[in-house]
Formats: sequence, structure tokens, C-alpha cells
Amino acid sequence: MVELLSGNEAVARGAYEAGVAVAAAYPGTPSTEILENVSRYKEIYSEWSPNEKAALEVAIGASFTGKRAMAAMKHVGLNVAADPLFSAAYIGASGGLVIVSADDPGMHSSQNEQDNRHYGRFAKIPVIEPSDSQESKDFFVRAFEISEEFDTPVLFRMSTRVCHALTPVEEKERTAPGDATYEKDFSRRVLVPANARPRHVIVEERLIKLKEFAESCDLNTEIDGDRTIGVITSGISYQYAREAFPGASFLKLGICFPTPVERIKAFAAKVDTVYVIEEGEPFIEEAARLAGVEVIGKEKIPLCGELNQRIVRESLTSESIAFSPAKVPGRPPVLCPGCPHRAAFASIRKLRLRSMGDIGCYTLGALPPLNAMDACVCMGASITTAHGMEKALGPDEAKKIVAVIGDSTFVHTGLTGLVNMVYNKATFTAIILDNSITAMTGHQEHPGSGKTLGGQETFKIDYEALAKAVGINSFACIDAYDVKKVHETIKAETAKEEPSLIVIEGLCILRNPEAGREPRFVDEELCINCGMCRKTGCPALSKNDAGDKSHLSAALCAGEVCNVCAQVCPKDAIKPLEK
Amino acid sequence: MSDTITNVFICGVGGQGILLSSKILSALALNEGLDVKKSEVHGMAQRGGSVVSHVRYGQEVFSPVIEEQKADFLLAFEKMEALRWLHYLKPGGTAIVNTLELLPSGLDTYPGGLEKEIEERCERVIFVEAEKLAREAGSPRAVNVVLLGVLAGLVGRPAEKWQDTIRASVKPKTIEINLKAFELGRALA
Repeated sequence: MVELLSGNEAVARGAYEAGVAVAAAYPGTPSTEILENVSRYKEIYSEWSPNEKAALEVAIGASFTGKRAMAAMKHVGLNVAADPLFSAAYIGASGGLVIVSADDPGMHSSQNEQDNRHYGRFAKIPVIEPSDSQESKDFFVRAFEISEEFDTPVLFRMSTRVCHALTPVEEKERTAPGDATYEKDFSRRVLVPANARPRHVIVEERLIKLKEFAESCDLNTEIDGDRTIGVITSGISYQYAREAFPGASFLKLGICFPTPVERIKAFAAKVDTVYVIEEGEPFIEEAARLAGVEVIGKEKIPLCGELNQRIVRESLTSESIAFSPAKVPGRPPVLCPGCPHRAAFASIRKLRLRSMGDIGCYTLGALPPLNAMDACVCMGASITTAHGMEKALGPDEAKKIVAVIGDSTFVHTGLTGLVNMVYNKATFTAIILDNSITAMTGHQEHPGSGKTLGGQETFKIDYEALAKAVGINSFACIDAYDVKKVHETIKAETAKEEPSLIVIEGLCILRNPEAGREPRFVDEELCINCGMCRKTGCPALSKNDAGDKSHLSAALCAGEVCNVCAQVCPKDAIKPLEK
Repeated sequence: MSDTITNVFICGVGGQGILLSSKILSALALNEGLDVKKSEVHGMAQRGGSVVSHVRYGQEVFSPVIEEQKADFLLAFEKMEALRWLHYLKPGGTAIVNTLELLPSGLDTYPGGLEKEIEERCERVIFVEAEKLAREAGSPRAVNVVLLGVLAGLVGRPAEKWQDTIRASVKPKTIEINLKAFELGRALA
């Protein structure tokens, strides 16, 4: 049966067909749907781990038993998981071990554009790249075979347009997973220096075998076309290149590390001009050049941003299409109407605090009109960067510093910052914006939400007990929609000469069953057009048609549950309908 | 080669049901035995931002994205979004534009004159009061299927095939409303 699947759904299907036993991940665009879909196969144990390092370690432990295991993450997640990745490279894979890295060229939902194929070379493990959903499934199954044959973890590198494009997939049956074969193996798995030294030699020997394998690997394919142009490419770039140069000869690399340089040389010898077409870094190109092959690549093709067929064609030929996009006002993403983060940001702005932010929906609090975030570095960096600022500026300035972090991000890597804050005697205020879900990526459970990936009830982190355990004596847990209370609490806690933790609680409005009940309206008789309500940045608020009063869209308003604009209105002009 | 491929560029604002309409269109093409690719972006862009979906079908499709100036049809769920993405439409292509106006955050008033600018920038445009027709069909949420109906009238596949695909793609309770919305749209093409 042929079905339209996204690359992420296809990887999940591949995990099923490959007989994977254990799958772990932390959500992150564009990788999130992989585990969401794996969890639909009850034959596979799947979990949201608190972060990517934990997810990969879970997979490594499962692989110890001889069963097949996987971890999935977005590109920057692999930075968090880099430590276990490099150790896993030395330990090898008893049961097949595959790590999915979903890169985000164009940064649709990310802070950088790193090309994670480099991690394969860095850790000396093979890198496999699919270019559509069928390959995402089939290559994923092959990745486990390669992992077991060569006793190595395999890096499975995808990118946004492979993850999120739907293309036809033909499905197969599941291979029955092998039985557990766990045996204690001191010299392989206990990476003390005496064991790691000989393991490094094994890694180098394995790499030589992998190089030989890559030269004749069935994942690399050739199209014998017009020999004036030969294109070497991989992943999504292959699709763009096929459209840009429909008649050319192609060498498509499904395994791009170890790079099959002998095959590249042989291919190059058959054609007049060689183009290496890659989105991101000149990864294949550098390997080809190092092998003495003359190629045209990144001197013509952009390093930054996504490619498409037009960019590929125009980079390498004199053809170009003239077009001029219309000038239209931007439509940036915004905090939703009724978002529980709005009151906290309004207060942070009003108190003119130095706000060290973090990664999630709430990063949107950095944008106008809230302008309530000064920095967003990486997952979990809010508390630690606030700490560093305080140490540089001195304790008096600590009263002006807050760290703002979401609940899922806090559990991911914010917790260590909180421990550090107390241990090293900082006195700024940490704020957890607790909407009880990983919201930005589409509502995934986490250890602070009380449910597992499979929807089972589980222990929900007790932030007050946690604060006490790490040594925070000043703790407050408040309602996100009580504007006055939020403001007074932030004001009081930041003034204290001790570390404080404030948890601001409010369910993500998209999951709140009360959302939309009793929408508010603006009583134009009372409205003085001061703009206080609109400064909360709620998309339900605008000016009226005449431009002299505020207008609240009943269709967008979250209603009674929120009521934030009504609380900031100095004239009580925002009211429930019919009251 | 690209002559054998149909490119439909769908755009609007997060939450308008864009992905359902691209899903129905892709399923239809797949059922017809064609190669199909559909591409969209998840994550940050969904929070009330501008959302696009690329649908491409034909004998053999490589790239999952439509290049600028190559869309046969631009299906816009909102007027300003139509103008934002109009440079994807090929010369001679058709724009189907919902007349809805959604104010982007940061603006106090919606800019005027957009319909005129859209008309100036493309040869063939059909403006649709999709929300009115959707209400007539029984639900304001059926805007996406009204617009799909207009598209169906232009791409020329048999109406029954569309109806079957719609039946298989929407919630059972909403089948009748959606089929009516589809017909109201198709009558405009």
C-alpha cells in the first residue's frame, strides 16, 4: 500500500519495520513528529526524555542489551547529546543504535544553521542522508543493519524539507526484534582510559572498513545522463538538483560519511564538469577536493539559508528569473490570545528588568510591544546567563535581573542553573512560566506535566519541594492571569537579597478547556484610547475602524479565563458581553 | 519536465485550516496514481504567523517546494497573505483569494487597496467571499473547502473524485457541510 507520509512519519515506520525495541527523544522542530509517530506502534517502547543527552543515553543502554534502539532530536539537540555520542562511538553497538539529527536549514524554528554531518566525521561514525520519505523509511532500516554489521552507532541526518514534506511511501512488514543478548563487557563499556585507548584503535580500524564499505554501498546511486555536467549531491539537495539539471549525470550519496572518494573520482572522470550541490556546508565538496577532484561548489552555491531548484540553477548557470515580491507588512508569530505568559512579560517590561530569556513560545515575549526579553542563547541558558550577569555587575544589580524560562525548558537544562544559583550565592530571581506542556513544538508531555508520551499518568515535578531541596527559601507559585499578583510578586522577589524562584502557573491556552468562554468587549463609552490594553500585545486587540478606541475581537478573545486586558484597563472599559 | 507538473501554492495565517486543504488535494492526486509532494513548515511559524503549503503533483516530482514564478495556482486564505506570496504565481497563473482581512500584530489598521494591487500583479484572480459561503454551507470553519471547491473547478478533475476524497478526509459529522461548501466554491470557478 502506498501512503503519503512525512519524512518523520516514515522514519517512525522504519523504526517499526526494523524491529526497534526502544526509542527516546526530546521534542524539537523539525524532529518532533518522529517520536509522536513511533509511540503509535505499541511494539516499541517510546519516551519523551527530559533532554537529548538523556534520550541518547537511554538508547545506548537499550543497545547494550542487544536490542535495537534509537534517539531522535533536532540539530542543536545533538550538541546537548554530544557527550554520550562520542562515547557511544567508542563503545559501538551491540544492538543497532541509530541517532536521528533533524537539521533546520533556513532556521524556520531554530537559533542556528549547523550542518550535523560534521558530527559524523567528528565522532567517526557513518552518516546516512535520505532525500524523501521512502528513503527515510528504507534507509532507516538499512542504518540498523549497518550499525550492527560494523558495530557502530549511525547518524541519520535529515533536514526540514525531508522531515516535513509528505511524499509517497510503500510500507513493509515488521522484522521481529532479536532476543536480548546482554553480556557484561568490561573492556568495551567501561570507558576508563585503560579501556578507551584500545577502543580508539578499534574506532580507527572500523573507520577504514567503513570507508571500503561506503565505496560500494548500495545507498549511493548513479544516474548516467548527459556527460557534460556531473552532479554530486545528497539529501534534499538531490531533489533540487534533479530539477535544476534534469538531463545531467548524477552521483547521489545516501552515505555521505565516510565519503566515497574513489567513487567520486571515477564519476568525475566520466564527466566534463563536476558540480557538488549541497545545502549547508561544503561537506562532500571538501572531501572531493582533498582527494584531488576538481569541482565547482560553494564558490557559487550559497552557504547560508535553504536552497531550492531556482537557487541551484541560478547559482550555476546564467539563467535567472526576475521577480519582485510585493511590499507587505510582516506577520510575525505572536503569543496567542489568552496566552498565560502575557501578564508576566507586561510586568517585566514595566519594572524595566534585565530579562535573560530562554527557548520556547515565550521567546515571543522579546518582540514588540512586550519587548520583555534581553537575551535568548540556547536551551536552559536563562538562569546561568542571569547568574553570570550578576557576578559581573555585583549583587546590587541582581535586583534588576530575572531569568525567564518555560517549564519544559527548565527540566531540559534549566535545573542545573538553579542549583548553581544557590551554590554560588547569586540573588537574582528565576521565573518559571509553567504552562504544563512543551507548547512550541505542538504540546508534548514532560516531567513537569504529569503525563508520559503514551498518555499515562506519572509523577509531576513539585517545584516548591525542588526549590527547597536545592536551597531556595524564597519561593512563590502564582496564577498567571492575576495581573496585580504577578506584578507584586515579581517586584517583591527581585527586591530580596536572596535567590528567589517564582512559578507562574497557567495552562497553555490552546489546551485550556475554558478558552473562549465569555469573550470580553470594549465599552466605547468608557474607552479613552490610552492603549494600555493593546500594549499587552494580544492579537485580539486593535483599534476600532474609526481609529479612536480599542476594539476587541470576540472571535479571537480567550474570555473569562484570561481577562488580562480588562485588568490593565484604567477605566474598566473591558467587560464581559451582556453584563 | 516541469510542464507536466501542477504546482499549487497555498497560503494564509496559522489556524485557518490550510493543512487540511493541502491534505485533501494531495490525497486526490495520489489516488489518481500521480506522484505527489507536499511541503510545509511546523513550529514557530504556527503561532499566528504566515503559513504556506506547497503541493506538487504529476508524473514524477522531485523538489517538495515550488519555486518562485512557477505556481499554476495560488490559493490564498487571506488577502494580505495573497499579496505576500503572489510572486510564486507563474505569469498566466490563477490566484484564488479569500477576501478576509486579518490584522497582523503591530498594525492598528488594515492597509487598503490590496485587491487592486493583487489585480495589477496577476493576470487572473478570483476573489471569493469564502466565509459567507462557508456560513451558507453550515459552518464558518468550512472556508478551506469552499476555496478548494474553486480550485477544483479550475484544475479539472472529476467532481466525484473530489467528493470521495473530502468524505475520507473530514470528520464524519461535517461531511454534508463540507460537500455543500465544496459545491458553493466550485460554482464560482
